[in-house]
Amino acid sequence: MLQTALYKTHKRLGARLIDFGGWEMPVMYAGITDEHVHTRTASSIFDVSHMGRLYFTGADAEKLLDRVCTRNIAKVKVGRCGYSHVCNERGGILDDVIVSRYEDRLLMVCNASNREKILAHLKTHSAGMKVDIKDQTMSTIMVAVQGPATMDLFTSHLDKLPFKLDEIKRYGFVSGSYWGVQFSIFRSGYTGEDGLEVILPNMAGVLVWDRLTADGGAERVTVKPAGLGARDTLRLEAGMPLYGHELNENIDPISAGCGWCVDIEGDYIGADAIREIHKAGPRRKLVGLELDGKRIARQEAVVMCGDDAIGEVTSGTMSPTLGRSIAMAYVDSEQAEPGTTLSIDIRGTRIDANVVKLPFYKRAE
Amino acid sequence: MGVPTDRKYLKSHEWHKVEGDLCVIGITQFAADELTDITFVELPSVGKEVSAGGAFGQVESVKSTSDLMCGVSGVVAEANNKLSDAPELINNDPFSGGWIIKVKMSDPSQLDKLMDGAAYDAQIGG
Repeated sequence: MLQTALYKTHKRLGARLIDFGGWEMPVMYAGITDEHVHTRTASSIFDVSHMGRLYFTGADAEKLLDRVCTRNIAKVKVGRCGYSHVCNERGGILDDVIVSRYEDRLLMVCNASNREKILAHLKTHSAGMKVDIKDQTMSTIMVAVQGPATMDLFTSHLDKLPFKLDEIKRYGFVSGSYWGVQFSIFRSGYTGEDGLEVILPNMAGVLVWDRLTADGGAERVTVKPAGLGARDTLRLEAGMPLYGHELNENIDPISAGCGWCVDIEGDYIGADAIREIHKAGPRRKLVGLELDGKRIARQEAVVMCGDDAIGEVTSGTMSPTLGRSIAMAYVDSEQAEPGTTLSIDIRGTRIDANVVKLPFYKRAE
Repeated sequence: MGVPTDRKYLKSHEWHKVEGDLCVIGITQFAADELTDITFVELPSVGKEVSAGGAFGQVESVKSTSDLMCGVSGVVAEANNKLSDAPELINNDPFSGGWIIKVKMSDPSQLDKLMDGAAYDAQIGG
């Protein structure tokens, strides 16, 4: 199994490690709920180095990304990031990615479990193009620091940063050199909170993790480590899709409620199929469900309307913020309106569930 | 540090402790830690028959749902209703306050087939 450069740090912190997309990753340190609450109220640091970091240079770099991405990459300006899907010819989602434009190159961050597949896909579709793809997943660390106290804590723990952090806009980034180390800092994340994601060389990343989590004394709020367990409950409350749950090769961006990351007039792999689905309207839609009682609906639980099976749960958890059982599911478009009462078959028991607007949780601005 | 030696264990991490003619059943600290934060316990109703090797309920955590297994046959005499409002009792005090059911045993000799504390410790690598 692959390990990130922070593996020894996780071991020292007593993390519980699991296989995630072929990587040995921390699922929790102190406890999923505690880590979730700390992220919503203060600031947490997550090792997300397992995600793929692919850099594109050469005259055709933009052309290749515009060919494989549903989003119009030409419109992503220098210093900005754009969420996109990568689809097959049928419009099925191969991966969801974030593309960022530097002065001299483009970066695609993809899911750990899809990195090999995406690299192969890129290779196939770059035949004859002038583009160089560098996979820097192994040589760099990526951490996400998330939560309302992040911007203050980041500034106070790392002094003399060569720029003002709060000038980075949401889905923007800066890159440069600090203490002689090349880094990129993005104002982005996967938790529904304000926060940063940082890419830097392995050695420096380990030091930055230690510096950010250093005990500030009893009076001070600190950045605490959080694992993939809390990352999952946080993104679910924030209504964000996860590949392998809400997204897969049999789902298209329109059904997934991600039409906003699709250039509907564009010319890219899957464009024709996606246009057709857009025109006809998707047969199924991704919805949020709030369940009665305390049972949790897991992936593949069947959603019912009366006696008819009309959908399937993709993710479910007990929301620490709302104190309610929540789920995301694909249901027939006719039953997808917020306010509709459906039920979920949880191992033979029918539990009532109401369709609600996503996200379940939205931070106060 | 070993598990309590005053009770018997199933491979699937349930402990069984005899109290008079009742057998108290819960899950071990190891199992509670593995499950992470427990959010819901499905308890059987009093009077329900349970059988050795069968499931008597379910425990749900943030991460997963697992069956609760029974090592003895009999009838449920009592269920820990505190768990309905405070399932985290199992995480915080699995060997005592986080007990799950009490069974009136039909055949107490079934307990002989379960593991003692030392054997269970060996299984979990403790």
